[in-house]
Amino acid sequence: MSLLHVRDLSLKIGDTDILHDVDLSLEGGEILGIIGESGSGKSMTALSIMQLLPAGSTTAGSIMLNGESLLDMDERHMCSLRGNEVGMIFQEPMTALNPVKTIGEQVAETVLVHSDVSRSEAMKIARGALDRVELPAEQFPLDRYPHELSGGQRQRVVIALAIALRPKLLIADEPTTALDVTTQAQILTLLQKLVEEDGMGLILITHDLAVVADMADHIAIMQKGVVVEAGETVQVFRDMKHPYSKTLFAASSHVPVRDENRVIDLEKKVLSVSGVVREYQGKRTSLFRRPVPFRAVDNVSFDIFKGENVGLVGESGCGKSTLTRAILGLNPVQGGEISLLDVRVAPGMPKSMRAGVQVVFQDPYGSFNPRWKVERLVAEPFHLLDSPPDNRRERVAEALENVGMSAADMDKYIHEFSGGQRQRIAIARALLLRPDLIVLDEAVSALDVSIRAQILDLLAELSDRLGLSYLFISHDLTVVRAITDRVLVMKDGKIVEEGNSEEVFRSPQHPYTRELLAAAPDIEKALQARQERA
Amino acid sequence: MLVFILKRLLSLVLTLIAASVVIFFVIEVIPGDPASFMMGFEASPEAVDALREQLGLNAPLWERYINWIMALLRGDFGTSYTYKVPVAELVSDRIWVSLPLAIYALILSVVIAFPVGVLAASRRNSATDVTIMGATQLGIAVPNFWFAMILVLLLAIKARWFSAGGFPGWEEGFFPALKALTLPAVALALPQASILSRVMRSSLLDTLSEDYIRTARAKGLSRRQALWRHALRNALIPVLTIIGLQFSFLMAGSVIIEKVFFLPGMGSLVFLGITQRDLIVVKSVVMMLVFAVIVVAFLVDVAYAFVDPRLRKGRA
Repeated sequence: MSLLHVRDLSLKIGDTDILHDVDLSLEGGEILGIIGESGSGKSMTALSIMQLLPAGSTTAGSIMLNGESLLDMDERHMCSLRGNEVGMIFQEPMTALNPVKTIGEQVAETVLVHSDVSRSEAMKIARGALDRVELPAEQFPLDRYPHELSGGQRQRVVIALAIALRPKLLIADEPTTALDVTTQAQILTLLQKLVEEDGMGLILITHDLAVVADMADHIAIMQKGVVVEAGETVQVFRDMKHPYSKTLFAASSHVPVRDENRVIDLEKKVLSVSGVVREYQGKRTSLFRRPVPFRAVDNVSFDIFKGENVGLVGESGCGKSTLTRAILGLNPVQGGEISLLDVRVAPGMPKSMRAGVQVVFQDPYGSFNPRWKVERLVAEPFHLLDSPPDNRRERVAEALENVGMSAADMDKYIHEFSGGQRQRIAIARALLLRPDLIVLDEAVSALDVSIRAQILDLLAELSDRLGLSYLFISHDLTVVRAITDRVLVMKDGKIVEEGNSEEVFRSPQHPYTRELLAAAPDIEKALQARQERA
Repeated sequence: MLVFILKRLLSLVLTLIAASVVIFFVIEVIPGDPASFMMGFEASPEAVDALREQLGLNAPLWERYINWIMALLRGDFGTSYTYKVPVAELVSDRIWVSLPLAIYALILSVVIAFPVGVLAASRRNSATDVTIMGATQLGIAVPNFWFAMILVLLLAIKARWFSAGGFPGWEEGFFPALKALTLPAVALALPQASILSRVMRSSLLDTLSEDYIRTARAKGLSRRQALWRHALRNALIPVLTIIGLQFSFLMAGSVIIEKVFFLPGMGSLVFLGITQRDLIVVKSVVMMLVFAVIVVAFLVDVAYAFVDPRLRKGRA
């Protein structure tokens, strides 16, 4: 008898069909990967197992855990199961913990809810759980608060509270999506270790095929609430049957085809960064000592030429964002110089100069005013010009058509578009003034793989056709490799390696680059390792 | 935590200084000469001038400001022009009505609002919730003096459980005095409780949709346990803010209720002071009220830090 057996699970929220005849099964000590894009129903499947569905949900079919039917269980019984037999961890470690309670209290609570132990006994168990997730007592005493920990450390606390009672089943919903590659690798290794030690079953939900190829024994690929393909991992990857699986697979390692005739004009420097230093005021160590400034960007120099696509990779906190803000002329620098087409960039620079460099951010929705029509949103950079053009609508239409949208979309509001379309509109806005340089700050990170592939194609095509230069900032190495000509690797405010993208990725020189590449999951490598083991 | 409190204290002192300057100069620019007002319209210019000299009104502005502040620090609030008694005496009679009344009303407001707000939030969109939302809407809309008159009509005149007004003084015993303050406190508390319930409800609903509530549920906490153990404390910050504002309002803003119940409170004192150009009284009483408000704001800040560990770092 399997640990978890889901049969013909269907879910409706109100009148909307969410899941349709989902079948899954999982043995103890095994990892099941559920893959799908947003809206595929993978999280809802997890919440159905937990019976933590939103109000107005109706389920049909059966979910058997250890021979007990979860769908027939009352809420009280479910409460005694959650956290005890089934644990769950979520995507956002930053908000998954209660900010006003210590980590010890929060882990101990799992124990206190389910068993009749004393508080101090529960704290002891909590300590043990935190040790198991590699948060040792010396650095992470029980009275730490969540805000004193990094994202990866918080995710470890969430894992600790989920496994404190050694549940038989753990559901991890995109547990590493919000984390850096090296942190992701550590968290995945930890999960693997827990599965081996406790003989626990793990459902790993993710949009990242490389992560499942590495981790999962079995996989299920979901699309629009239906499992379209399922089976043993290597088998599924080697012999994909369903067209959607094939699309997903192709999109995840998609490399845009570049125009053979594209030229990078090495005579024309679009952006020049030389010896840039950016410091923040540090903390005072004592009332009478001067605060030691924190150097976020430390003597960074590089150039971007016309038509060139340059990548900037590094983990959170490495100074990428600080450098970006300086390049956009939003913050002053304490040393060195940034110039755009040989004109110096600084916070007080004339508005018209800002027209030369535009930016696209990660969250397409958050960067738009929801009460404005698309025409006004896209036309906003016209404010940077001393005299806005008369043919405003034509220019907006042109920008929209450049990104594969239609001129008719001008009169709609932003909520009428999907995530991918919104990112296209953000690119159209950046294109409007025909800038020399576009800074793409994690611009495809929030998108599903198939949409991401489309946007990458679009970016490649625009750069080839219009001779646009990009500074492409991302933590996703696959994407950077696919789109950029040259890559800069940043660590602790310094550029530690720079070079032709293909070469850097093929034979990294700096140990940090090697570490990054080793941590980044890779489908082919993972599958080969799996086959060798078998 | 200590650094946080010291920083807040420093800002408290600076705010007080700024407030004293504003109060002093605003009152100075108000037209109307207190000396001529006190002497009556038929007084000779010489007599008015002599009085001005006696009151120190002829000294330069900054000198009078310094004198006023120094006197305040010594506990000397000056002498009322109209009553010819020290302001300190006037105030001390009334503060023992206003302060207990404000505290009484605030306690009532909190005691009503907490359970009502929690109940409404935990049964969102149910009949209970809709009823509570309707009732609190009404509570905010009805003017408190009208509600006060209804209370007097029903509980004092018809049922004769309470007296219709007046205050016996604390010398007459704790409970008779408290009883006399009950109707005014209820009348003051009702709109405040309505506002506070709604804030409590919406703040709680916000926190209930946070990710950590989902984490708590995944640990095996029931809906109710998640609400009490995780949502409530996080929902308190906006509620504390409103409580602080309400206390300030209740201290100074109860003139009408004082009138309805014939209570000798601070509100009436300021009101009389203003109508009779008794600027010494106005200045001192307003300064005291400002002091109370700022101290309450300080206490609210400290309370924030108790609720939320992120604020204890001293960088708020």
